[in-house]
Amino acid sequence: MEKFKTPDDLHKFRKSLESKHRPDMVRIFICTTGCRALGAEEVCKAFRAEIEKQSLTDKIEIVDTGCQGLCARAPVLTIEPLGIFYGRVTETDVPEIISRTILKGEIIERLCYVEAGKRTPYLRDIPFYSKQKRIVLKNCGNIDPKNINEYIVRNGYAAISKALSSLTPNSVVNEIKNSGLRGRGGAGFPTGNKWEFVKNARGNIKYLICNGDEGDPGAFMDRAVLEGDPHSVIEGMLIGAYAIGSRKGVIYVRAEYPIAVEHLKIAIEQAKSLGLLGENILGSNFSFDLEIKMGAGAFVCGEETALIASIEGKRGMPRPRPPFPATSGLWGKPTNINNVETLANVPIIILNGFEWYKSIGTESSKGTKIFALAGNVKNTGLVEVPMGTTLREIVFDIGGGIPGRKKFKAAQMGGPSGGCVPAQHLDLPIDYETVKEVGAIMGSGGLIVMDDSTSMVDIARYFMEFCQDESCGKCVPCRIGTKRMLDILTRITKGQGRKEDIGLLKELAEVTKTASLCGLGQTAANPVLSTIRYYLNEYEELINKKDSQTLSQQNPTPAQS
Amino acid sequence: MHKGVTLQTEGAPSVDLTMCHAVLSKFNRATPSDLIPILQQIQDAYGYLPRNALEEITDRTRIPLSKIYGVITFYAQFSLEPRGKHTIKVCTGTACHIKGAPDIKKKITEVLQISEGETTQDFKFTYEPVACLGTCFLAPVMMIDDRYYGKLTVEKTETVLKSY
Repeated sequence: MEKFKTPDDLHKFRKSLESKHRPDMVRIFICTTGCRALGAEEVCKAFRAEIEKQSLTDKIEIVDTGCQGLCARAPVLTIEPLGIFYGRVTETDVPEIISRTILKGEIIERLCYVEAGKRTPYLRDIPFYSKQKRIVLKNCGNIDPKNINEYIVRNGYAAISKALSSLTPNSVVNEIKNSGLRGRGGAGFPTGNKWEFVKNARGNIKYLICNGDEGDPGAFMDRAVLEGDPHSVIEGMLIGAYAIGSRKGVIYVRAEYPIAVEHLKIAIEQAKSLGLLGENILGSNFSFDLEIKMGAGAFVCGEETALIASIEGKRGMPRPRPPFPATSGLWGKPTNINNVETLANVPIIILNGFEWYKSIGTESSKGTKIFALAGNVKNTGLVEVPMGTTLREIVFDIGGGIPGRKKFKAAQMGGPSGGCVPAQHLDLPIDYETVKEVGAIMGSGGLIVMDDSTSMVDIARYFMEFCQDESCGKCVPCRIGTKRMLDILTRITKGQGRKEDIGLLKELAEVTKTASLCGLGQTAANPVLSTIRYYLNEYEELINKKDSQTLSQQNPTPAQS
Repeated sequence: MHKGVTLQTEGAPSVDLTMCHAVLSKFNRATPSDLIPILQQIQDAYGYLPRNALEEITDRTRIPLSKIYGVITFYAQFSLEPRGKHTIKVCTGTACHIKGAPDIKKKITEVLQISEGETTQDFKFTYEPVACLGTCFLAPVMMIDDRYYGKLTVEKTETVLKSY
């Protein structure tokens, strides 16, 4: 394949791919990323063997995809153009799916999605999907992420092509600024403003980093995007690099995500071979190269200055800001760092225009947000909804509610930096500001549902143990504050709490919050403060209890989903 | 983040350096930013970071051994001790925690008679908890080498461990 030399080459290539599309072909999309853990690869193999055996290779095609979202039914597959969705598929189901569903058009009831006793064979009718707005995840689960042609045929790289041929770097920055896009990694800083700082920073060499160090326990949306649609992130980086004047990018990915690294490597190679990465992209003056750096297991490296230290081969410890990375980042050069999901939003904005993007979401938070729905909820998985959707819609309409006869108690949002949102706020429209008002944070979008068997003091202790373990130890407030808070929480859960402990916790929380160097310490106390705010009675009960029965003995038995 | 590791003395057993040289030859003009990838690949080759391999890195990159040690002990991924044939990673993420990960951890310690971060005497298993495997829909979950075991119960955990 030759490299594209003009935007028109790319356009013609897309048209030629479109003309090869065969509408008579049945395509079976099987998630082989997240679902791999429950045997998806074996299912794929069985399909390929059966298709071969029955000489159906020109009628049925198997597509290995990324995450399709409804992880609770893993392994899942979608059959197009029939629009049928099957879950919990095993190798033994394969011959029957081919003979009955594909050749005769019959539905296999036992594989269908079921809710309240009702079976729903068609994807479009499943409430989990019909109530979502999948724009960032539009390709995820619908294309083979290891084949660049599938991305291109779905308008892939059309946004960078448009930017290079008709937009100046300034107008790209303005487009993003006007769209209202805010960082999806947690803090919600306006992306366009960040780009502008780096664009205006002095220096010839500038770097663009994609932060894929998704470390929050309970968050897996960046993993899904990198695995299921890696080119959307690469294209977002290309547009960002063009806007800020960078020629060199780094994608920093967690070591715990081997499939993401594998898919990214393939994607970068394919983009290079088509001239979409490298020198003079699409015949323009713009050149951009990209490399992958793998993390080595340190949560704090999600903080931007720690991440930069890690790329430089050092201990991943944060440093005081200013100077901000926008003026002095990687190797002391102006550096722009964006999160995976943020970058995946960029091509969509450039293609559809900021006016369209702005029409989605709330006054202060535009666009959609992907949530990783997990915990005590029926439909665990990945959910993309417009900003402003209520917690009730996510947990009950999309998530299907709480399994068993248990009741909703709280949703933990934002991981170890976030807080618990109790039942009284279920109707709160979720955006950056409202979530903050109730004591949690949007964070990266982890949303863990907890039922009434969960002890909130234990949850606070759990997160504190995490933060204490991951504190890099550089600054005293975080190093010692988290340790002391953990000590107090541990003794409360052991039934050895003291009357003054709650006051002490609040005081320590304030100091750690105010005095810590980076986000880890500044937010470490949030789970404690939010549980004290809403579940003070649980703390008091444990403290006042005179018998020494420990909490671990009354730990809830594992819920079945 | 602060692992209680002891620096191996200079008398620590040496390993054959062929694989180490093969890794280093891929980094022709190694810069400080190559340190972490070099360490990752050496650990992949040997299962841990042998002392004499670290000395080779120092010779090649001119990064002092003390700096290399500082980096190794900072990141959870690296190990200065030989590890078991299989690595058990138990997810301790939020979803797993509320779905019973603490019981799974207790069971592993009971069956293998080792605590977190330790290796069995026969070097069959190394047991380490991880913050989150990002597979919350499988909660509670553990990984043995590259294989996931999801929706664990205490009984299932024991069966899986005994199948190795």
